[in-house]
Formats: sequence, structure tokens, C-alpha cells
Amino acid sequence: MLRVEKLNIASLPPLSFQVADGECMGIEGPSGSGKTRLARALADLEPAHGHIFVNGAERLETPPPEWRRLVRYLSAEPGWWSDTAREAFPVDAASQKARERLLASLDIAPDLLDRPVSLLSTGERQRLALARALIDDPPVLVLDEPTSALDPGNTALVEELLRYRLLSGCSILLISHDRAQIDRLSDLRLQLAPLHEAATGRAGAS
Amino acid sequence: MTYVPLDVAHVALAATLILINGAVSWAFALGLGRTLFINATRMTIQLALIGFVLKWIFEQTSPLWTVALALVMVLVAGYEIVSRLSRRPRGIEAYLLGSGTLLVVGTFATVFAVAGLIGPDPWYQPRYVLPILGMVLGNAMTGIALTVSTLLESAARERPAIEARLSLGADRFTAMAVTLRLALKTGLMPILNAMAASGVVSLPGMMSGQILAGIDPIGATKYQIMIMFVIAGSTALGVVIAGYATVLLITDARHRLRLDLLHPPI
Repeated sequence: MLRVEKLNIASLPPLSFQVADGECMGIEGPSGSGKTRLARALADLEPAHGHIFVNGAERLETPPPEWRRLVRYLSAEPGWWSDTAREAFPVDAASQKARERLLASLDIAPDLLDRPVSLLSTGERQRLALARALIDDPPVLVLDEPTSALDPGNTALVEELLRYRLLSGCSILLISHDRAQIDRLSDLRLQLAPLHEAATGRAGAS
Repeated sequence: MTYVPLDVAHVALAATLILINGAVSWAFALGLGRTLFINATRMTIQLALIGFVLKWIFEQTSPLWTVALALVMVLVAGYEIVSRLSRRPRGIEAYLLGSGTLLVVGTFATVFAVAGLIGPDPWYQPRYVLPILGMVLGNAMTGIALTVSTLLESAARERPAIEARLSLGADRFTAMAVTLRLALKTGLMPILNAMAASGVVSLPGMMSGQILAGIDPIGATKYQIMIMFVIAGSTALGVVIAGYATVLLITDARHRLRLDLLHPPI
């Protein structure tokens, strides 16, 4: 379970919410409303005041690498640091099995792992990055536009995979411009105000 | 083999060669005349001044003055490192990083070379300490500036990849390993190239100076080889220290990449 208390992200009003195990929260809002900043703050990639708990563990009391294994953030444009995708996956036997399963469920041909990342299509990279993010079964997933580059068929595969994760108790925060996708997947939703309204609200409070 | 002193009239005669630069600037409309004049004047005044300063320090017996000049050299070189960066960290830390690294490396290399290898008595004579320190600082400075600027630029370029690794649970040094390796390699290139070219393409400055001063070429060569190793070792040390310090500078204790701590690119 993810619990957020008075999280203060620059120019946004303080946020408090919670997402139970097996629940998906859709995050909506126009461009520039702070969706990505919220996602990054949840993974502690950006400084923000306030408390975030995952199953009782508090963000600032948990070592950062461990925290990011609890709250796994997948950016809208995931980066790659190696020539091939294979090097981005852990090598132990258990992870290899998990990787095969993930690749199969996302319909990624295994030989894509050894092709230079720069030669893969945007959609292939996006699905590989999702597989990379799911490999160690993080209890909380924060996904920033995970299907933005995918065709309807692959989008359905990703949604199926996420639904399966929800069934196994994972909490998912989903940023998406696709209203219908949020309708399909989420149990609750967080609507972020457009930037100027948030700014007015802050001016009124101060 | 004797040393032939140069008198001021001959120096003045050499200065007429600067007219060639002036002619080139005028003929091709380069507009460099003003810069040329200022920089040539700067060079002359700076070198003349340091000549008098060195002469005065060599006459003192107190090692305190040697240390004072050494510290000034370290500070100026540290400042020069920061001024070569296209993206500068905010605050004083960058200067501390540059000068601090040079202080460690310069002290280590100078004591090692002068006290350990050359061994004059007493070992801290300024005429040994200061030139060796100067050569070490000049090379370490180039290497460190390259390493730090490569690291800052490629951290900005590779930010998605670095943050992807952080998101997957890597600590800051693992997340920046690829970037750091590139920066270290870049910083070490000049000294590696200098070792390959020296003696074939160029006669190194110190060796040329000793030969002009009437030292036997074999003796001068031994000195030069020794100093090349000292420079290579100290540059490697400086590059590694500065590389790790820069990683610490652009990340925070929560293992976040904090490029907001840098000034925008110039």
C-alpha cells in the first residue's frame, strides 16, 4: 500500500492520498500540471517535502536504492546506458526466467535483446523498458505514459500485464493522456489542476 | 657547453616577430589586433614579474615563501579549471574541488619527485620545488578540467539513462559509471598522447631548457623521463579524485541527479 501525506511539490498544492494493494490510481491533468514531477517525487528522484509510506516504510528513512525498488518509476522516455537491452537486465537465474516470461507476455522476440538499442523502434524500447521495470516485482509502480508509442494490440498486451500485476497485489499509479485507458484500469483517479489554477491557489494561500 | 645569457636588446628584437601576427591579422581582416596587443603585453609582464618573484624567493631561506607561492599557483590553477567549464556548479564547491584536488596531487607529486627522486639538500629548495609543481599543476589542470567538463556535459546529455538506472535501484556511482568512465578516459588522453609524441614530434620544454642551459642531453633526458612519469601518475590521481568529487557534487545524499545545482550552459 502506498500512502502519501502532504507531499509538497513546487507550485502544486500539498497532496495526500493513498492507493491500496491491488488498486490502480489514474493521474490526469493537462501538460505542465505536474504529473511527471509528482511521479518523480514519489520515486524520490526529485526533492519534495512530505511523507510517503510503502507498507509502513517511510521514504526518507529508507536508503534510496531500496526505496526505488519499492516505488518503481518508469519515465515516459526511458533511457538506455548499454548497447543492447540484454545488458540492462539483471543476470541471475531467477531474473532470467522472469525476463523470459515478461518478454513473452509483451510479445517481444528474444532476439531484440541483442540488437543495438538505437536500432529498435520507439515502441519496442518502450515495451523493453516496461519489462525491465517489472523484473523484480516492485510493490508500487509509477508509470508515466507507458503505452504512448504502442499500437492498440500492444497497448492491450500491456494493460493485460498490468491487470495481472494488480491481481497479485501491486499498487499502480498510471499517468496517461488516454481517458479510456484510465477508465479501463483505474479504481480511483487524481485530477491535477492546470498550471495557472494551481498558481492562483498558491497565491491565495500565501 | 656553456650557458649564453640573453640581453634585453635581443629580447626586444624577438618582439618584432609579433609584427608578423599583426600583419596576418590586418591582411585577413581578423580583427585580432587588440587581443594580440593585450595578450602579448600580458605575457611579457606576467613572465617578467614571475621572474622577479622567483629570483626573490630563491634568495630567501624561509620555506614559508615557497609554500605561499605554491598555494597561489594551486588557487590560480583551480580557478582556471572552473573557468574552462561550459556548465558550472553553483557556489564555491567547484573552486574547492579544483584547487583541493590540485593541492593533494601537487603536494604528493612534488614531494615524491623532489624529496624522493631528485633529493637536493635541503629538499625543499624553491628552485626544485616550484618548477616541478608548476609542470605537475599545468598537466593535472588540463586533465581535471577535461574530466569535469566531460562529466558535467555527458551527465546532462545522458540524464534519462542515469535516472533510469537510479529508478531501477542503482546507487549514484553505479548509475553514473558509464559517464564517469568516459570522463576519466577523456581526461587522461592528453598526457597519454604527450608521452607518445615526446621526443619524436616535440622536445619537451624542461628538457629543451636544460639543454639550452648547458646540461648534457643524456642527463636532461633522464630528468624528462622521470618528470613524465610523475606527471602521468599525478594526472591520473587528480582525474580520479576530481571525477568522484564531481559525481558527489551533482548528486545528493538521496542519490538523485541534481543538474539543477549547475548554472545553465553558457
